[in-house]
Parts: sequence; C-alpha cells; structure tokens
Amino acid sequence: MGNKQTIFTDEQLDAYQDCTFFTRKEILRLHGRYHELAPHLVPMDYTNDPDCKLPLALIVNMPELKENPFRNRIVESFSEDGMGNLSFNEFVDMFSVLSETASRELKAIYAFKIYDFNVDNYLCKEDLEKTLNRLTKEELTPEEVELVCQKSIEEADLDGDNKLSFADFENMITRAPDFLSTFHIRI
Amino acid sequence: MPPKRKNDAVIRVEDVGMDVDAVDSGSEDEARRRTKNRRNKPQRKVKRVSDDEEDEEDEDEAPRKRGRKKKAKPRDSDEDDEEDSRSVKSKSSKASRRKAAKEESDEESEKEQKTRKKRGKGVSKLEKEEQNKEKKGKGKDGTKNKGGEKDKKKKNGKLSSSSGSESDEDSMSEGEMAALKEEVEEKKKVIATLRNQPWRMKKRLVVLKEAQEFVEKFEGALGKGKGRKLYAYKVMMTKKLIKFKRDFENFKTACIPWERKIKEVESHFGSSVASYFIFLRWMYGLNLVLFGFMFGLVILPEILMGLPYGSIPRKTVPREEQETAMDYSVLFDFGGYCKYSFLFYGYYNNEPTIGVLKFRLPLSYLLVGVGIFGYSLMVVIRTMARNANEGGDGGEEGDFTFSWKMFTSWDYLIGNPETADNKYASITTSFKESIVDEQENQKDENIHLRRFLRVLANFLIVSCLGGSGYLIYFVVKRSQEFANMKKDNLSWFEKNEVEFVMSLLGLVCPPLFETIAELEDYHPRIALKWQLGRIFALFLGNLYTFLFALFDEVTAKLESEKVIKNSTEWVLNQYYSNYSSFYNTTDVPPPAVHPSDVIRGPCWETGVGIEFVKLIVSDIQVTYLTILIGDFVRAVIVRFLNYCWCWDLEAGFPSYGEFDISGNVLGLIFNQGMIWMGAFYAPGLVGLNVLRLLSSMYYQCWAVMCCNVPHERVFKASRSNNFYMGLLLLVLFLSLLPVVYTIMTLSPSFDCGPFSGQEKMYDVIMETIEKDLPAFIGNLFSYATNPGLILPAVLLMVLALYYLNAVSKAYQQANTDLKKKMQMARDEEKNRRNNKDSTNQVMKDLEDLLPNKSLIPPPTEEEPPPPDVVIEKGSKSPKMKPGAAAKGVNLQKDVSLAAPNPRAPVTRAPGPRKGPPGNARGPQPGPGRGRGRGGPPRH
Repeated sequence: MGNKQTIFTDEQLDAYQDCTFFTRKEILRLHGRYHELAPHLVPMDYTNDPDCKLPLALIVNMPELKENPFRNRIVESFSEDGMGNLSFNEFVDMFSVLSETASRELKAIYAFKIYDFNVDNYLCKEDLEKTLNRLTKEELTPEEVELVCQKSIEEADLDGDNKLSFADFENMITRAPDFLSTFHIRI
Repeated sequence: MPPKRKNDAVIRVEDVGMDVDAVDSGSEDEARRRTKNRRNKPQRKVKRVSDDEEDEEDEDEAPRKRGRKKKAKPRDSDEDDEEDSRSVKSKSSKASRRKAAKEESDEESEKEQKTRKKRGKGVSKLEKEEQNKEKKGKGKDGTKNKGGEKDKKKKNGKLSSSSGSESDEDSMSEGEMAALKEEVEEKKKVIATLRNQPWRMKKRLVVLKEAQEFVEKFEGALGKGKGRKLYAYKVMMTKKLIKFKRDFENFKTACIPWERKIKEVESHFGSSVASYFIFLRWMYGLNLVLFGFMFGLVILPEILMGLPYGSIPRKTVPREEQETAMDYSVLFDFGGYCKYSFLFYGYYNNEPTIGVLKFRLPLSYLLVGVGIFGYSLMVVIRTMARNANEGGDGGEEGDFTFSWKMFTSWDYLIGNPETADNKYASITTSFKESIVDEQENQKDENIHLRRFLRVLANFLIVSCLGGSGYLIYFVVKRSQEFANMKKDNLSWFEKNEVEFVMSLLGLVCPPLFETIAELEDYHPRIALKWQLGRIFALFLGNLYTFLFALFDEVTAKLESEKVIKNSTEWVLNQYYSNYSSFYNTTDVPPPAVHPSDVIRGPCWETGVGIEFVKLIVSDIQVTYLTILIGDFVRAVIVRFLNYCWCWDLEAGFPSYGEFDISGNVLGLIFNQGMIWMGAFYAPGLVGLNVLRLLSSMYYQCWAVMCCNVPHERVFKASRSNNFYMGLLLLVLFLSLLPVVYTIMTLSPSFDCGPFSGQEKMYDVIMETIEKDLPAFIGNLFSYATNPGLILPAVLLMVLALYYLNAVSKAYQQANTDLKKKMQMARDEEKNRRNNKDSTNQVMKDLEDLLPNKSLIPPPTEEEPPPPDVVIEKGSKSPKMKPGAAAKGVNLQKDVSLAAPNPRAPVTRAPGPRKGPPGNARGPQPGPGRGRGRGGPPRH
C-alpha cells in the first residue's frame, strides 16, 4: 500500500471514508478501477483535486454495469450534469450508494432517480414502460406491458394522480422484501 | 474494513474519549433498528428521517440552533419538570446523593453526563455561577432569582449543574464544557451520518471539512472521564460483536449449497420447478443430520468398540452361504457379506455396554431409532410453522405484486451475460405468471359447465383410484397363493407380479390423472395440488400394500424362529447336561462350535431392513432410468430425428419432456417415508439415502437443464410450500406407525441384533432405569406410568389443545379484521385524494345507511366507519403521532444503553408537533423527503 499513498493524502482518504461506506482499501481500489477506464485521462495523483470527468460510454462498459439494463440511467443519476459524465467523486458516490451497507432510505432515493427516465421527479407510465421493456428485453406484448404498468400504478399510487411520486415509491419500496439485496453492486 | 476501522477507533478513543465512536455506533444501531421497524411503521420513520435532515442542516449554522432548541422545548418541558423535582430532592439531601452517585456504575454516570450535556447546550457562564452557588448549598429559590436568562435556560442550567455535580464534581467549567461537548457531539454526528445523506459528494466533502475543523479545534479542550475507557471498550466490543455476527451470517449463507444451481434452474423454469430443488436440498440437510445421529451414535461405536467380524455367529456369514457370499449377484441383493455387516440390524451385539467408554449400544440404538422420528417431526413442524409465519407476513404481498416485480426484480449484482440472459428470462416469466394470475381472477365463464366437469373429473379419478386399489389387492392375494406353491413352477412374471403391477400403476396413473385434470381447468397452481393429492393417494395404497405383505412375512419368520429357538435351546441344554454329567463339574465351558456353524434363526429384523434397502435401490434405479430414457433419450431423438421426420417432432407429438413437479416431489416424500421406516432395521439406509439425494441433485439439475422445457403456462410456486411439508408430515406419521408397532409388540429375534434375549425391545430402557439409575428415578417412572396420572395428563392436554385452538381462531379473526382495515384505509386514502366517492362497496353501503341510522343513538356496528373516515382525513396523523413520538423516545432510551448519546435524538423526535399536522401519512414524508433530496444538493 506504501506507494499508493501518493494517490490521495491521508486526509482525503479519511474524508472519503467518512463520506462513503468504503474502507481505505476499497477507495484505493475504486480509484484503480476509475483509472483503468481511461489511463491517459485520469491522473494517478489526486492530492490536488484534479478536475477530470469520464464520459458515460466509458463507465457503462465496466463489467459491473455492463449487463445492467439500467446502466445508463444509473450513471446519469449520479452525474452532476445529468449527461452521465462522472468525476471521481461522483464515481465513488455511485458505488457507495450501491454498496451493501448503504441505508435503505438512501438507496430508495437513488432508485427513484434511476427509474425516473424523464427526470420529472415522478414515475409516470412512460417511465414504467421503459423500465419494463428493459427488464424483459421487450418480450412482453404491448397489451401485457400496458396491463402491468396500469397494475403497478394502481398498486403503489396513493394520491391517484396516475403517476408515482417519491412518497408513493418509497412507501412501496420500503416494504419490498428483496429491494436491499438486489439494489446492490459489489465492486 | 476491519483493520483500518479498528485503528481509527483506537486513536479516537485515546484522543477524544469514546465520543466519536459512540455516536457512530449509536447511529448505526439506530439505523439498524429503523430498518427493523421499517416494515411496520414506514411513515413514522420517514418523518423522523426528514426531521433528522432538517436538524442536521440546522446544526451547520450556529445561530439557528437556538431556534431549534426552542422548538424542542415544549416537548422537553415535562421531562424538565420531572427532573426539576428531582433536583430539588437532590439538593435537600445532597450529601447522601453524592455518595450514591459515586457508587453508581460507570455506565450510569456516563448516561448522567449525557443528560447534562444535553441540558447544558448553549448555556452561558451564568450557569457556572449558579452551579457554584448550588455547590455552596444555596436553596432552589435563590438560584431561580439569580437566573438572568430565560426560564427554560435556567432550568437547563440547573439541571446540568445538579446532575453534573453528581457525575464529576471536580470539573471547573461545567457549563462551557457541556456546551462545547454538545456542539462537538453534534458535529461528530454530522460526520457520522454524512454518508447517509443524499448529497453530492462535493457537498459532503465540504460539510465534512467544516465539521472536522470544528471538532479538531475544540475536542482538545475536552477532558477525560473516569469510566470512559471502559465504556469505549464496551462500545468497541459491541461493534465487533455485530461485525462478527454479520460475518457469521455471511458465512452461513455461503455454506448453503447449490444456490447457484437452483438459481439457474429457477431462471429457466420458474419458481415452481425451483421449489422442488429447494425441497430436495432441504431434505438433503435433514438426512445429513439423521445420518449424523445414526453414524455417530450407532454405527461408529459398533465398528470401533464392538467385537470384530467373525467373532460371534451374528457377525459371521453361515457356512452354507460362504461360497456365494462374495458373488456380485448376492451382494447386489444385499445378501452374503452385506447381510452380516453393520448396514443391518442383525450385526449389532446385545452386550449392554461396549468398549472402555462403557457405551450402552442397545440403549443408544433404540433411542436413536426413536430419536430420528422425534427430530424429523420437530424439524418438519418447525419448518411448517415458519412457513406459515412467512405466509402471514406476506399477506400484504398482494398489494404490490407488480410494482415490486417492476422495481426490485433486477439483481444489480449480475455481471455475467449468461446470467443476465437467464435473469431476463426469469423476469419475463414471472411477469407472465402474474399476468396469468391476474387474468385468472378476472375470468368469468359458465360456472355450471365447469362445476359439472369438475365433478366428472373427480368421479373418474376416484374410480381410477378404486380400480388400482382393487388391482393391487387382487395381485397381493394371488401372490400369497403363489407363495404357497413351489417356486420352480412359477414363471418370472408370476414371481414379480406385485412389483410389476405396482410400478405399472405408478407409471400409468399420474399421466392419466393429469389428463383427467384438464377437464377441471384449474389454475395450474391449484391443479398441481390436486394432482399431488391424487398421486399421494395412489402411492399410499402401494406403500401400505407393501407393508402388509411384509408383515405377513415377518409373522411367518417369527413362527419359524420359535421352532429354531426351541431346538437350539434343547441342543444347548443337552450339551450342558452331557458335559456336566461326563466331567462331573458345574463349570461348563460354552460349546466349541465355529461361529459360522451355529444354528441361527431367520432374524426377521434384518429381513425387513433388506426389503427396505432393496426397495430404495430399485426406486433409485427406476427413477434414474426414467429420467435417462423418458427425458434424455427422448430429447435426443426429438432433437436429431427432427431433421428427417415427416412431422415436426419438437412442436408436435413427442416434443420435449416437461419437468414433472408433482411426481418428483411425491417420489421424494415417499422415499423419505421408506427411509424413516427402514432406518430402524437398516442403520446404513440413511447413509445410502444421503448419497442418493446428493447424486440426484446433480443428476436432476443436469437433466432438467439439458432435456426439459419449461411448462407452457409457467406459474409461480406458492411462497410457503407448506403443502409439501404437510404431505411429508402425513407420511412421517404413516411411517411412524408400523415402526412403533413393531417396537412395542413384536419380540426381537433371540440371536441377532442389539435387543436379542429381551422380551420386548423397550425393555432396554426399563433395564437401564432399574439397574443404572438411582432408585428414586425408577420410582418416579413407576408413578408416571400409573394410569391414574396418565389419564388426567391426557385430559389436560386435550383441554390445552382446545384452548389453543380457540385462541388461534381468535387470532385469525383479528388478523383478517386488521387486513380488512388496512385495505379500507388504503382505499379511503386513494378516494380522498381523488375526491371521488368511495369505491369500496362496503363503505358505500355504510354511507347509504348513515342518515337513517343517525337518528338512533350510536349503534355499534354501523357507526365506526364514518368516524374512521373523519379521523383519517383530519386527525389521523395527530392521533398516530403521540404513539410515534413515544416510540421514538423508547427507541432512544434503548440506544442510550449502547451509546453515550441518548438525548440528542429526543430533541428531534417531536417532528409531528413542529410542523402543521400533516394531512395524511402519504404526503407528509414527501415534502420533507423532497427537500432533503432535491434542495440541499443544489446549493
């Protein structure tokens, strides 16, 4: 670990540990992964907070995300500009939220963001259709998709506006038995 | 994680005392508790969380803190009052109290300190003065007059001083210290909870930096208390314990075998097929435990400490069999050396104790034989109870079937393209299952036709069952006739008629039932249950026919044994009398006959054991061959002959096989029943079964993945597979009966097995009680077996049964009522939002009834719902909140046991009172959440 120390100062590492659910080693590993994605772009020395962002296309090619039907949405939700460009901070943030130890509330917030395809802070039918089509690789017939979306909204929508607000979503997701175990990426 | 954290903790403990750590663990605990409570009270929790967020934002800015305090005040006030009176008392009897305080445990003083810190927050020097004065012994009134600040602060100050003086009296600047500590506390809390904030990393880093700077600046000023190190140690230990527990859990789940195999099957065939494999795995675990008992307590001691092979007649192959004893065909029928090995009952010696350890083998044999049943019974019932609990818990499941599937079915861990494909397939499958379920609900057809068809189907099946029963009876009768004839005259078919007919019925009937069941047109899940029940009846018939045949054999053997026993005794007596008369001595040595030449009885127990083992082996062969031919060869033919065939084999007639869930499950269950029955007479049978289950897991997994196709209508197994368990329990009872019957009534063989020489098998227990236990226990037993005692005991049990039954019914009623209520609340909420009339039929009816009823003084039945509505509209949240708040306080008390930060959350808990009474449970968390999520990150 000796020579890796130069990547971050101790303070930085401590700060990351306080801000995320990672240990020192994991943060260094994350940096390694981040660096791997674009060796010529990402500096090895992060002590002076270099301003460096990686585009979405690079990040979704990580093996952890590659098979995920929502990979683009995940990256977009965590990027500050909404276009999917991630700085290292946001990169760490992403995997911290998706880590095993993150709390359910936190995960629910970001899950909502991920499933909110059109970024209007509501999950409307359109969002659900997209979600469903990604989940099933569009193998359901349009009628089935329609039925499932209708049913989902009926189930979870408390305020009857035919779309799911975050409150609706959280109410539903906090009771889901396997949300915590599935909304989780091991890095 | 561990090493680094540990270091961290140690350093902090040394620099700061335990505060950081404690806070950390406290919040961890809190988080954990929250997760626990979440299901029950999501609303309350959400509210609290949003409060948390607000608070923490507040804490960033010093000036606003005051405001927060004031907000918190009203709720604190009653506590204050309470403590106020306490402080008066304390002053009046200060000396004694101090003493007491000193004697208080470290932990308590720690808590006390916490209180002080809380109270002393933001308190000025004035309070120090007050405190000093108090120390000098001034009265309460005096201090009150002196107070230059607001009432509340004074209270706080007083409290802080009074309690502070108790905990560490030698500290000089209590108030300042307290204030400072409090602030440091807060900052540390911010640091600890930072990772749970939905902020951008940038903001987090900034906030962290601020907080850290503050902490660094001031924490040096804080002193160290006495019990703090111990406390810090405790906190660390609890943290380690928690971590260890989690690791252990991880380890345990990692130890569960075949998880991936089953997942794979599940993704291709849906959960119903997977439920068979899960059941198989469960069965494997059960059998492993049974094997452990059998092997560890019976087989191993006999092998290690018992007499070796060839030492006594029962452990030796008889002379006339010795020539063929090693032949493959003989061994394959479990004759020859197999018959006289530890696999079977007859091999075990009847010496009461063996080896240097004085191991009581006969007793152990009996206890293990019975214990296997006891253990299996316990495990099955426990599993059933757990499943039932799960089922009850999942009552809510129906509310969110589709949305849960939509949002939680993708497993984000998947990183392997193949698995991902499987997952897509399984998700699609599960959606289709749900759609089928849904459409099933909406279906509305000609009900009369369907009823008629169902009655017809049941009639046909009952007649099928009756026919097969008669056929078996007929065949068994015939076989008894054949048994009396000479063996040479019989053809192969006549010899094996019973087995042949039985396996033929087993092959033909299930598909027949399935075809008939098509008439009924049930939902596949229900159809599966019917099918299971019917095949169960069929198998049961087969099994019991087999058992009766076996009993005939046993009685025959018992008769012949009597003859042999008499003759051997006669021979022995003659030998003894001859010997004594010839040598004129009473000290007669045993006859010098080679163990293989001794005349011996038929040993019916070993015979029964062999029958069972043979049955199991042939069952394994049949099952594996069926899979190989019925599935594999068929699949190969369909696959490759399809190129040169006149019709489409894959889509047309033979097609690929479907996995036969009902048949396989029942096969497994009946197999287990035979193991239970046979284990007493053939201890090696359990080991054989373990091997069978192990191999069949791999074999069937392979077969199902390689040559079966998913059912056309993929359906989901009901979540609690208590149906399987129920069948298993029934089979367990049915297999318990014959074994217990033989143990209790038949007398064991005189020359083989651990109970030889005894009148009844259970005499071993009596013997042990009489000879080896103190006398009073024997007395106790004789009292306990007195009918006068047993009869009341039975009566009592019946009464208890009745009572428990009544109670469980009441609970069920309450449960359904609650469910109904929840459903109503949900509907009502929806409707209120929609500003529409109630769609709930019951509510509608009640509303219609209301005007007329209102004339009458409030009745019991009709009134409640309308008030309910009102309550839900307006005052529901206030009504719920006190409870919530109280819960919060309790929660914090609990936390305070673990972490020295007990009061902090209390000031925040009164969210409900702070804000305007929320209009409903739904939206309340919404805005708070929204702010927490949307607002902060942007600045």
